[in-house]
Amino acid sequence: MEKNILTVKNLDITFRTNAGNIHAIRGVNFELPSGKTVALVGESGSGKSVTMKAVTGLLDSNAIINSGNIFYNGEDILTFTKKDLRQKINGQQIAMVFQDPMTSLDPTMTIGDQITEGMFLHKKISKSDARQRAIELLNLVGIMDAEKRMKNYPHQLSGGMRQRVVIAVALSCEPKILICDEPTTALDVTVQARILNLIKDIQAEMNLSVIYITHDLGVVAKVADYVNVMYAGKVIEVGTVEEIFYDPRHPYTWGLLSAMPDLETDDDRLYSIPGSPPNLLHEPKGDAFAPRNKFAMKIDEREEPPMFKISETHYAATWLLHPDAPKVELPAELKSRLMRSRKAANYG
Amino acid sequence: MAEPLLQVKYLRQHFKISRSFTVKAVNGVSFDIYPGETYGLVGESGSGKTTIGRSIIRLYDPTSGIIFFNGQKISGKLDNETNKMLRQNMQMIFQDPMSSLNPRKKIGDIIGEGLDIHKLYSSQKERNEIIGEILKKVGLSPAHAERYPQQFSGGQRQRVGIARALVMNPKLIIADECISALDVSIQAQVVNLMKDIQAETKCAYLFIAHDLSMVKYISDRIGVLHKGYLVETGLTREIFSNPAHPYTQSLLSAVPQPNPLVEKQRQLIHYDAAKANYENGTMQRLSDTHFVQWH
Repeated sequence: MEKNILTVKNLDITFRTNAGNIHAIRGVNFELPSGKTVALVGESGSGKSVTMKAVTGLLDSNAIINSGNIFYNGEDILTFTKKDLRQKINGQQIAMVFQDPMTSLDPTMTIGDQITEGMFLHKKISKSDARQRAIELLNLVGIMDAEKRMKNYPHQLSGGMRQRVVIAVALSCEPKILICDEPTTALDVTVQARILNLIKDIQAEMNLSVIYITHDLGVVAKVADYVNVMYAGKVIEVGTVEEIFYDPRHPYTWGLLSAMPDLETDDDRLYSIPGSPPNLLHEPKGDAFAPRNKFAMKIDEREEPPMFKISETHYAATWLLHPDAPKVELPAELKSRLMRSRKAANYG
Repeated sequence: MAEPLLQVKYLRQHFKISRSFTVKAVNGVSFDIYPGETYGLVGESGSGKTTIGRSIIRLYDPTSGIIFFNGQKISGKLDNETNKMLRQNMQMIFQDPMSSLNPRKKIGDIIGEGLDIHKLYSSQKERNEIIGEILKKVGLSPAHAERYPQQFSGGQRQRVGIARALVMNPKLIIADECISALDVSIQAQVVNLMKDIQAETKCAYLFIAHDLSMVKYISDRIGVLHKGYLVETGLTREIFSNPAHPYTQSLLSAVPQPNPLVEKQRQLIHYDAAKANYENGTMQRLSDTHFVQWH
């Protein structure tokens, strides 16, 4: 097993709001092995972005961290002061690519200024060196005429180019971890494919560890080594990308996979998970997914399932994996789909 | 074959930015939509798909070209009667359910606005009944009419957007990227809802999207746009199993599939857009329904 560059342990976060306390993160554990790519998937409100905001210290002021640790290279960054975090970790060690390239760049600054801003802040670097480095970065992310583009403003670039610039900004201080929060949802498929390939190439070149936050399982299949499926503030299934896509065990993961449109079949109906995610203003009793789960058992209403081990890397939190639980058949459609994709991939 | 509901012929839409610079967003696009079918329009951003939708519903004045709807010409200057017919029979669902609903109006009034303008009810009671019916149809409850948009989640708001379009009983609904702002599982719910409604009311959809896998689920026929030209059009089956145009092929190769080992091996088909010059292109007929434009 590789060494983990980032480990989140039992993270528990509450938001204080006018409506009451929202228990958004209810004990999240996850690991990022050095040099690998981990994906956090789940619906909006499942807590994937909040977890990452905790890692980068960008939580809103009404958030309370009740318990937990976040170890970066062995140090618990939750014990750092805000100032320390800003000077030593953010931007320099851990950088973030935000969702919307239209709003995450400053419209009043040139591309060049935005890329070099972080360098001046974190490094002792001369103006001409910083400029040189910025041009290199623009070349690295595949922007032609880098020298000319340095003087451009964001509005002069297309969406795909802007997202490349955002990546260049994130890479400007040679971070060890890159967090990508839905980096391609605002882009169309051809551009998306190019950006994902780009991040992959850069990852190999700079030995980056990457975290993807996304709800698009197609993107996950393309980039991830490990997958964490989140639901209602918890990781409910974790495994290698092969384990999650070819041998999923949690009914919620089944639902997510079934809801993906399948290019190979001619069904004219898409599966959709019934109901909606729980409101975390009221603490869910038992398994938070039970009300939407047709395989739910009596125990699901009373007690929350622990993580059951399936293999060294594969865990899932569902009572169905308990030795006393009845055997359930996968939904027929998903079963045939998994069979097909295993066959297409020569897996197992 | 039945008479087409919508005929778009040689539609051009140019935007004059300055004296010397004109954006040619749509360049001579022709297609038909038949009653009760779904026509998917796909293409990258900037290909002109949204512009086409907006030109058809006359949010823009087309630069040239003819549009027939329901047997009546709706391009050029509209007289009052045609305008009224158009506004009642063609509706639009917008992309972003967060910004396309007026935050200061109640859901009931947002949905009822069209009814008010066209005076389609005889009493307040009837109006509320119509609105309640529509809300039920899209999976909300009549009690929701008294709430404001911010009290709803994204998926629910998009249902309100659909209800607003449906309340007029339109023959054609233009859905412009109406699911791309939603979560995958919610997308499935909304697409299924749109299909159910179509089965019930027999309305036609012009479904504009960049997500090919969703377009495949909902469309009967698909048109592929690139740089303002329709480069390929055909039945969904024909486009997906037998894409003829290199741009369509590259678009299909970029759709991520939920199969990690296959996905990691897959090569993108690169399409050199700079070389593409469609101005003197010719349409070639591959089958009765499948056409491709060569350049």
